[in-house]
Amino acid sequence: MGTYLLRRLLSSVILVAIAASLAYLLAASSLNPRANYTGRQPPIPVGVVDSTLSEYNLNDKTPLLERYGTWVSGVVQGDFGKTWDGGSVNQQMGQRVGVSLRLLLIGTLLGSTLGVAVGAFAAIRQYRISDRAIGVASFVVMAVPVFVLATLLTIGATGLNGAVGHTLIEYTGEYNPALSGVDQLLNRLNHLILPTISLCLGQIAFYSRIQRNMMLDVLGQDFVRTAQAKGLSRRTALVKHALRTALIPSATYFAFAFGTMLTGATFTEKIFGWHGMGEWLVESIQHNDTNAVAAVALFAAVCVLVAGVLSDLLVAALDPRVRVS
Amino acid sequence: MTILEVNDLTVTFRGGVKAVRGVSYQVGRGEVLGIVGESGSGKSVTSLAVMGLLPAGAQVTGSVKLHGHELLGMREQEILKRRGKSISMIFQDPLSAFTPVYTIGDQIAEAVRVHQKVSKEQAARQAVELLELVGIPHPEVRAKAFPHEFSGGMRQRAMIAMAIANDPDVLICDEPTTALDVTIQAQVLEVLKTAQKETGAGIVMITHDLGVVAGLADRVLVMYAGKPVEQGTVEEIYYEPRMPYTMGLLASIPRLDQENQRLVPIEGAPPSPAALPPGCPFAPRCPLKVDACDDAEPELVQVGERGVACIRSHEIDVKRLRGVDVFPAPEPVAEPPRDARRRETVLELDNLVRHYPLMKGAVFKRRVGTVHAVDGISFDIARGETLALVGESGCGKTTTLQQIMQLEAAQGGRVVVFGKDSGELTKRERKELRRDLQIVFQDPMAALDPRMPVGDILAEPLRAHGHKDVQGRVAELLELVGLDPSYAERYPQHFSGGQRQRIGIARALALEPKLIVLDEPVSALDVSIQAGVINLLEDLKARLGLSYLFVAHDLSVVRHLADRVAVMYLGKIVEIGTVAEVYGTPAHPYTRALMSAIPLPDPELERSRRRIILEGDLPSPAQPPSGCRFHTRCPKRALLPEPERARCVAEEPPVVRLAHADDHGAACHYPEVRNS
Amino acid sequence: MRSKVVLRRVMAKPQVVIGLIGVLALLALAYLGPLFGQYTWEQKDFTAFRSPPGADHWWGTTQIGQDMFAVTLRGMQKSILIGFLVALISTGLAALVGAFAGYFGGKLDKILMWGTDLLLVLPSFLIIAVISPRLESGSWLMFVVLLASFSWMITSRVVRSMTLSLREREYVLAARYMGIPDWKIIFRHVVPNLSSLLIIDATMNVSGAIIGETALSYFGFGVRPPDVSLGTLISAGGGSTAISYPWLFLFPAGLLVLLVLFINLIGDGLRDALDPGSTS
Repeated sequence: MGTYLLRRLLSSVILVAIAASLAYLLAASSLNPRANYTGRQPPIPVGVVDSTLSEYNLNDKTPLLERYGTWVSGVVQGDFGKTWDGGSVNQQMGQRVGVSLRLLLIGTLLGSTLGVAVGAFAAIRQYRISDRAIGVASFVVMAVPVFVLATLLTIGATGLNGAVGHTLIEYTGEYNPALSGVDQLLNRLNHLILPTISLCLGQIAFYSRIQRNMMLDVLGQDFVRTAQAKGLSRRTALVKHALRTALIPSATYFAFAFGTMLTGATFTEKIFGWHGMGEWLVESIQHNDTNAVAAVALFAAVCVLVAGVLSDLLVAALDPRVRVS
Repeated sequence: MTILEVNDLTVTFRGGVKAVRGVSYQVGRGEVLGIVGESGSGKSVTSLAVMGLLPAGAQVTGSVKLHGHELLGMREQEILKRRGKSISMIFQDPLSAFTPVYTIGDQIAEAVRVHQKVSKEQAARQAVELLELVGIPHPEVRAKAFPHEFSGGMRQRAMIAMAIANDPDVLICDEPTTALDVTIQAQVLEVLKTAQKETGAGIVMITHDLGVVAGLADRVLVMYAGKPVEQGTVEEIYYEPRMPYTMGLLASIPRLDQENQRLVPIEGAPPSPAALPPGCPFAPRCPLKVDACDDAEPELVQVGERGVACIRSHEIDVKRLRGVDVFPAPEPVAEPPRDARRRETVLELDNLVRHYPLMKGAVFKRRVGTVHAVDGISFDIARGETLALVGESGCGKTTTLQQIMQLEAAQGGRVVVFGKDSGELTKRERKELRRDLQIVFQDPMAALDPRMPVGDILAEPLRAHGHKDVQGRVAELLELVGLDPSYAERYPQHFSGGQRQRIGIARALALEPKLIVLDEPVSALDVSIQAGVINLLEDLKARLGLSYLFVAHDLSVVRHLADRVAVMYLGKIVEIGTVAEVYGTPAHPYTRALMSAIPLPDPELERSRRRIILEGDLPSPAQPPSGCRFHTRCPKRALLPEPERARCVAEEPPVVRLAHADDHGAACHYPEVRNS
Repeated sequence: MRSKVVLRRVMAKPQVVIGLIGVLALLALAYLGPLFGQYTWEQKDFTAFRSPPGADHWWGTTQIGQDMFAVTLRGMQKSILIGFLVALISTGLAALVGAFAGYFGGKLDKILMWGTDLLLVLPSFLIIAVISPRLESGSWLMFVVLLASFSWMITSRVVRSMTLSLREREYVLAARYMGIPDWKIIFRHVVPNLSSLLIIDATMNVSGAIIGETALSYFGFGVRPPDVSLGTLISAGGGSTAISYPWLFLFPAGLLVLLVLFINLIGDGLRDALDPGSTS
């Protein structure tokens, strides 16, 4: 187990390194940080621009590999370089990672548990109205991209706020800095509502479909029949034997679902004005901010790999067949 | 005293398919009723209907009375009180019948706690006791193991333990030993007998194996196409069958205790329950069929305990007809005479070795050892000869076969095909050699690409080797295996198992090979179909001058088809020789045990003979025992004095030719000596 | 004969029927609708900026006076086209990579799967977003290739694992023992027996690609002016615009949702009908 994890860690580190390097090389060769300094009034002298860009390791006149070398030696020491306007990527990232992880964590936990519960419920009530309603709902939800959903939620919230006459549901930013104490906490929770819904809904729909199908698969299997032959009622047999076993294949989808959510978070953050990694991704590309783009890519790669390991650990925890004794 | 009484039970599935059409039987305390039938005869559906475990779409009518209480239509709460308590069931495939994520002990304890008000600890203790009762070694430890950590035989024991946890009055066993090897089957049948003694339960034994029923049942019910066609005591059914189907079934079984004679096939295949013929469902296959058979389906006419569903049963009775009288025995094959001194070898294995790395875990994969799948075996096959490679699962016979078919260099030792060492072939030579060496697989469904019509399947080898007139040859091949050439346009799923196996044989014959490897070619087929395929193989061999390497686990089939036989155990050959010598005077204790474990379809013989029951499971091929690999389970060694016993552990016996034998060797330090 | 049976089974699924009717209706709307509109998508009505839906402009107009009906249908055409092309390319790629990796195993498998893993780890959204603005404006075909090359990995992993079990199937062994070359076995026995999976995945990939395209275009990283797609339209009509001028958002967003929904329904029905054993 120990050597396995070590080997896995090593290969993950290599994968992340390669992914981040590729992202950096791509960004460095196709983004143009110089554009931020040209066309200004009054124009900035080329020499000044050059020296500024060189200072930030963003100068396109420096050979690509040389810039890459500088970047790598920084990253190895934990320094992700400078943003286009000279800010520290590390500092930005420190703030933004927290914001994103909070959203992602809540989304994952709520999405997977609610989704599994809904799916199991639907499977037990197969072909009844509740199952069909859940089925139709999850299909509709899965057909609504996050950016449409988030916009719809905003429209809905505006309508609702208009109807009650004051801001019942917040839809921009993380919190109102003017408040403090318990008020601020409540305000933070209020700000969480819409982003959470927009992130979770798709996850719930996805997991519920998977869990329902997996459970129906398991339902027809011999061991559920054996459980009933012992004298367990159908319901007990389903919950104790079918649900528990069907969690295993669902767990293998964890990594995939997380990946989808990562992209979804970009839209959620952007639309609800949360200053997280997703928002940064869009902004850094728009600002030709090479080092920031590379940092985001690294973050995403780490997330995907961690999700993959978690998914495997989850499966191992659930399934005695894959554990090494 | 009747405990379970089933009357006129019918089961109709969605879409109107009647899987069971009017089954009636009673089972009393301590009584064993055998229900016999081929796949699709409705025997398993009947038992699920009795348990009330059919899927929601199935409609059940008739009556099922347990202790006089009607179960059909009973309130769910009431049924739950009885299910698993008064009536319990043992399922066929014990791997899928246990929930993979809970320990065996927990699952048995759960069965206890459903019906008995006991604490968790008490239930766990009871589970351990039950495991001990069914003969699981170290039950306290094994109770904490998961189903996948049990061997097939151990799982089936645990299944029995679970079924008898609440002292049931009736035990329904649905093919409880079908998935097991014969020596393990013998053990499990013993456990079942113990279980019956412990509980005094009535047993409904559902199986396709007439040998198992012969040894166990008091009364027998024969089912065909969802209906009982004959019923009676075990002696009546086996010695005086009155329904032609039963007669044919008994006549078509290859028997271990009979010399090499031709088997009697029943033509055709059982009808699909969705498309039954108008009259007697067996009429299309029945040699005694008269026009009146098509008029109406004959009822099971009951005379006392005896029941027969055939309009000519009276005539059969009066004329004292037997199976061999009714079913025409096929012409014996004229084997071309072989000169024993001038053996031309087509295949030679010289000390073949094949080891695999043993990986563990699906997610956390790592190598934990080496599987000694094949560990130095040697044999040869002469032109026109059939050599059977026999052994239980895990003995390495399949690996041997793959090693031969791959035609590549072996890990150790040599494979010489038609005089050419497979390790020294060029690509071109290898392809050429493939013409002469072909294979027939076990599972006729998996062996044919479902997306290709039969014609294309047969044409594939022809085209690959640049054959001309492909269409003509395809038609010829279909005729050769007894199929209509017009079948070339159909897809494999439109054929029955027996027909598919014939297609598989036709494909193997396409390139006119000299040696065909037969990988359990009949073990997936029903008995009545099996005989026809075996006969076909015999005919083809004689007509085309083929040689066969016949890999099988069933010693009785081997006896009918093979000239020579090699018995494998844990990657080694333990005994090899002519069929007459090996079957006549088996020398190795394992061979003797293997033969004694095969149930004979003859109640008297089966009940009177002495049976050698092997202890324990097959050891893991990853850690084969030292010295003689069989020493851990050898019944003979147990009787030896100490110094001689030590030799079995210390020294590995080579295959040695036995004294007074022409072609018979065994790998045992103390072989059984022949008397002559 | 076989295909008829399969077709009947597929058409017996209500999801498939509803989905097919829906997709056909949307296709008809996208390609035939413009024939009935009063305006072309390039026309600008300088008398009507952001005018709500009405008799003249059925779905209203944009901030620069374009007819929403004409523009939306034009955008849908592009989104559909991109979706289908991406699905076709990515499914084909997935089948090839997966089947070869699974069939041959060993080194080739290791290399291919390592590449697949790498592509999975690379944030595709980011990579496409970085590259695509640098493409020549209007070269949406390159965008299709880009999108396709990042959407085949999951399918190819499934194809690989199925190939691993198909490889041991006896009919494949039989072909090998006949001396049929490996590449022929892959195309004759392996890929056709994966066709159910591939058809299902191709269908799901269509909707996935449409969502991917609109998502990227939403941020301006996908289809760019003068081309329009549902994504660019939703982006233009989203945000605060959507609150004041809902028709700018609701028409393209609604059509997008319907399109994805119907395609997913077909995919789900196909899965039900073709692949009763698996539910992945």
